[in-house]
Amino acid sequence: MQVSIYRYNPETDLKPSMQDFQVEIPNDKDIMILDVLALVKEQDDSVAYRRSCREGVCGSDGINMNGINGLACITPISAVTKKDKLILRPLPGLPIVRDLVVDMTAFYKQYERIKPYLQNDEATPAIERLQSPEDRAKLDGLYECILCACCSTNCPSFWWNPEKFVGPAGLLQAYRFLADSRDTHTEERLADLEDPFSVFRCRGIMNCVAVCPKGLNPTKAIGHIRSMLMERGA
Amino acid sequence: MVTNVISFGRSGLYDWIVQRISAVVILLYVLCHAAIILSTPDMDYVRWRALFADTGMRFFSLVALAALCAHAWIGIWTIATDYLTSRILGPKATFIRFLFLLICLGTIVVYFIWGIMILWSA
Repeated sequence: MQVSIYRYNPETDLKPSMQDFQVEIPNDKDIMILDVLALVKEQDDSVAYRRSCREGVCGSDGINMNGINGLACITPISAVTKKDKLILRPLPGLPIVRDLVVDMTAFYKQYERIKPYLQNDEATPAIERLQSPEDRAKLDGLYECILCACCSTNCPSFWWNPEKFVGPAGLLQAYRFLADSRDTHTEERLADLEDPFSVFRCRGIMNCVAVCPKGLNPTKAIGHIRSMLMERGA
Repeated sequence: MVTNVISFGRSGLYDWIVQRISAVVILLYVLCHAAIILSTPDMDYVRWRALFADTGMRFFSLVALAALCAHAWIGIWTIATDYLTSRILGPKATFIRFLFLLICLGTIVVYFIWGIMILWSA
């Protein structure tokens, strides 16, 4: 199989280039892209990529495979290739640290901005803040995000305004705390999102939904935030 | 919260609602005219003039014109702040974007005033 990999070291290279590798897939098995990368690294150990849990939990190995963002560790070859050619690029829109490793600072800054933790001004209870099963169910489809950045780096609005538009991953988490019955800072959270960029730069093209490796729906969460802003403003 | 903006209402929610309501008004206006034109095969200048002599139609046209201008400004502002940024154009971006928005705003204002003159001059 021919594997074409984006190579760029900002310290030594003038511009990025694509390097081709011929990889023998053992027994022609439908292995994961991360395993293909390991086979490439056996040929050239200077190829750089992030990885950790290798089972779709940590979100480290988000890359662009034949044009589709996803986690290399849970994406089999058959899911992204029809012909015998695989093109691997870093997640689009973020600065390159090296090869397939991107600088996620802009992504994390937006995550930090939405204050991704419970804020509650009421007196601390003796044991814990209780939540009804119904209220807890409202967080399903929101808390599962692993911050791999596949969605935000697939979003043109985030490419154009990464310092102003929160992006789908950040907004999914913003709604996760807006929807939490134990959080009392709903008003402040909504006030921080009302400007023309933070939420409203989303044009609903659903690129985020198309690539989320966990099957989550940031567009739906953004719709809920818009509804909450409408109720607050009306 | 992002505050450095010169959008329509300086609020994302306000702009968003205006964009949606104006879209509905424009659609209704287009459908209304399509229906009139299709149901009047022998449309001529006299009938066309009589149509716009009606105060209701004039008022509807004025509302549609205002909706079109607001819709255009919000859309143009969004496009300008997406593509005419310092990430794409470098340090001159703010000046270029401001100039572009000024020209667009001027054009929209001229069209709006011209539209009022056309509708209410007769």
